[in-house]
Amino acid sequence: MELILQGFLKAIELLVSLDPEVLGITLLSLRVSGTATLISLFLGISSGTAVALTRFPGRKFVVSLINTGMGLPPVVVGLFVTIFLWRNGPFGFLEILYTPTAIIIAQAVIATPIVTGITLAAIQNLPPNLRLQILALGATRIQMLWLLIREARLPLLAAVMAGFGGVISEVGASIMVGGNIKGYSRVLTTATVMETGRGNFDTAIALSIILLLLAYMINYLLTRIQQRERPR
Amino acid sequence: MTMSAPILQGKRLVVKRGGITVLDIPDFEIKKGGVLSLIGPNGSGKSTLLLTLSCLLKLYKGTLIFNGRQINNRQSELDYRRQIAVVFQDPLLFDTTVLENVSAGLKIRGVDKRERTRIAEDYLERMGIPHLAKRSACKLSGGEAQRTSIARAFAIRPAILFLDEPFSALDPPTHEGLISDLNRLLQETDTTAVMATHDQMDALRLSDRIAVLQQGKVAQTGSADMVMNHPINEFVASFVGMDTVLTGTVREILEGDRMILAVGKREIEAVGDLPKGEDVLCFVRPENVILSTDSPAEHSSARNTFSGRIVRIAPHGLFYRVDLNCGFDLISYITRSSLDSLGLREGQTVKASFKATAIHVIKKSS
Amino acid sequence: MKLKPIKPVFRHLVFLALLFLIAGLVATPTASAAPKQKNLILATTTSTQDTGLLDKLIPMFEKKTGYFVKTIAVGSGQAMAMGQKGEADVLLVHSPDAEKKFMEGQYGINRRLVMHNDFVIVGPPADPAAIKGSKSSPEAFKKIAGGFLFVSRGDNSGTHAKEKAIWKAAGINPEGGKWYQQTGLGMGQTLNVAAEKKGYTLTDRGTWLSLQKNLGLPILMQGDPILLNIYHVIEVNHAKWPKVNAAGAKAFADFMVSAQTQKVIKTFGVDKYGSPLFFPDAGKRVEDLGK
Repeated sequence: MELILQGFLKAIELLVSLDPEVLGITLLSLRVSGTATLISLFLGISSGTAVALTRFPGRKFVVSLINTGMGLPPVVVGLFVTIFLWRNGPFGFLEILYTPTAIIIAQAVIATPIVTGITLAAIQNLPPNLRLQILALGATRIQMLWLLIREARLPLLAAVMAGFGGVISEVGASIMVGGNIKGYSRVLTTATVMETGRGNFDTAIALSIILLLLAYMINYLLTRIQQRERPR
Repeated sequence: MTMSAPILQGKRLVVKRGGITVLDIPDFEIKKGGVLSLIGPNGSGKSTLLLTLSCLLKLYKGTLIFNGRQINNRQSELDYRRQIAVVFQDPLLFDTTVLENVSAGLKIRGVDKRERTRIAEDYLERMGIPHLAKRSACKLSGGEAQRTSIARAFAIRPAILFLDEPFSALDPPTHEGLISDLNRLLQETDTTAVMATHDQMDALRLSDRIAVLQQGKVAQTGSADMVMNHPINEFVASFVGMDTVLTGTVREILEGDRMILAVGKREIEAVGDLPKGEDVLCFVRPENVILSTDSPAEHSSARNTFSGRIVRIAPHGLFYRVDLNCGFDLISYITRSSLDSLGLREGQTVKASFKATAIHVIKKSS
Repeated sequence: MKLKPIKPVFRHLVFLALLFLIAGLVATPTASAAPKQKNLILATTTSTQDTGLLDKLIPMFEKKTGYFVKTIAVGSGQAMAMGQKGEADVLLVHSPDAEKKFMEGQYGINRRLVMHNDFVIVGPPADPAAIKGSKSSPEAFKKIAGGFLFVSRGDNSGTHAKEKAIWKAAGINPEGGKWYQQTGLGMGQTLNVAAEKKGYTLTDRGTWLSLQKNLGLPILMQGDPILLNIYHVIEVNHAKWPKVNAAGAKAFADFMVSAQTQKVIKTFGVDKYGSPLFFPDAGKRVEDLGK
């Protein structure tokens, strides 16, 4: 028990003194997961809106693919991204295996279906005649898309946060494609696993606290957003 | 009100849904100025026609012609939509302030901010809600929201204003307030309007012309008076509230456009111009059937007086509906006070009478 | 409490988002650009990395040569598989039997001895199988088998390979026995599991030393020659995989056996644990070790 207590004390010490290694790991996590989330934002919102508003043959199948993608196990993504980025693999010439860029790619693959799926639901949940009303106001197609996305901005924001929450806490893919290299591709989650394995509980707890704080902040914002209603 | 060339024409309009034809109208016209109401039972195609005319629903076949120009490609569709406005049953407001909502159409058209605010504030004033300008659209009552939606539609000064059951979701007092404001604004701005509604009172109040829809086709178009009092077939007649439908034959023609009709074993005098021997349908509005317990007054101008037995008395909104058997079925509406003062009960025999002009006769089409 | 409007938060988020995008697009930290193929992938084992030796040596190497070393710490099995597929440039491993096969397949060149440490058998303080005082590790294993919990890494690592060799020497097949549990985890974690479940396990001294303070698993058997853990550095064969960074691999291998590095290895861990974690052996013959 005092082991855990010791761990917490050391953690506070590390955090307050802004230990450079811990700080570096945190910033890298934010940078990597933030970038991946941004990519998933562009890809996800555009594709989710497109599928929501168009009727095409095979639509049901695409929707089920998206829903499956939302629950895609991150380690599976990690494995396949690794295979693609191997030196002797199809994209080996890019030489991005074991770099933060590879983690960004893997995390973007994980987050995009999440953002797409929630966007799809959010747009479909808008009043069905809203699209007609916007067209009736004389909007061009692009104006209409922009207005619909703006109307759904709150759930879309929640989608982006769900994507971010999913990837900042992800560890399997990050280890596989990133390599957990000190000072280079080591992020909060991979560092926590490693420090735990080494028995450095104090550092592991410090990293966990940071991760929890980030998760809490995301959840808090999400809750605030969900409390709002839509107009009639 | 100017009634000249049609502002919008529809030719051979056909709309299909799931392979089934839901709208089939060979010819349709909206004249400039004035209000046209589309009425009909649920599923008759009112909303479908409205959405088709506002170019929001795809035509399977047919064309729309606006101010003489055909609407047949993306650009002409967009141009057309920029000159009309649509108000739906739900206000469908945007998640922003009331003022932003009302200026939304103007913003889409690229009007600069100061101008849009000015116009929007003007129409908020005209709809009686200037104090709501900064309010969030999420915090409005049903009536306030619909006023905002209407203000938003008027703000773009549409050539045609389309309304799809705009008051259906409102409670009576709100409904009342809104319809009178809408009426006023329509007249002030001399806006051509087309309104789909199932409320015949609204249709009568607001419109000059009424089109009755039946299963995707137009059963009758005409002035409000024509449609309401001279329906051309049984469907329209029953829809406009002529509850009593009788079959008979023309027995005799009298002078002055009067006829004697044989209905069952009785004779009814009516006004009309049909040949002797013709099989006919007759309609009487319940409001025009007067009940009394006295013997027929000699000076009554109602030729048609019959004694009948009350089969049923049932509440009908603020009135009571009395079903009678006079040798034929007759329906009458009376007020509560009349019911009480006459002391009517089921099974009682009373006198029912209606004017010859109150009975509407048409040829019976087999 | 009345909630403040969400608008300002939204604006801040958009600002943060733009910040991330810009930061993400900016390149990762660059090392000095001296060699042509800067990146060098070193495949090694988790137990090696966990000792912290590489945290000291790698920066020295990078500063000296300008290479950027990507240390990928996995099990010996996976490290050698990476070498076989040309996905690593140089290996630092300690699984001699597997290494021999690797060299026979011509996947590696210049296999050189770097250092050794040893394995020890640890277990619960009460030592219920009474292995303390055993004359050899196979004998100790015989005493544990069938009756007491043994936690194995089960991950084809060098440690696992050594463990299997001891079972073989003892003439026992532990697979399938309920008393034999395989974690598939790294050494540190396996030690934690063994400590938690009060079982026996085989570990390298280095990892044990770094964890022993809080572990509660004393050494019960050590010193047996079979327990020597011998590290070699192997350059992946450039002829088989042209994309391999041959120059970098050679530079790293040379570095590992250089006098200066060997000296660092010799003193590593003394200040922290009181005894060194490794014994430098560059240039010696394997047969002479441990004597």
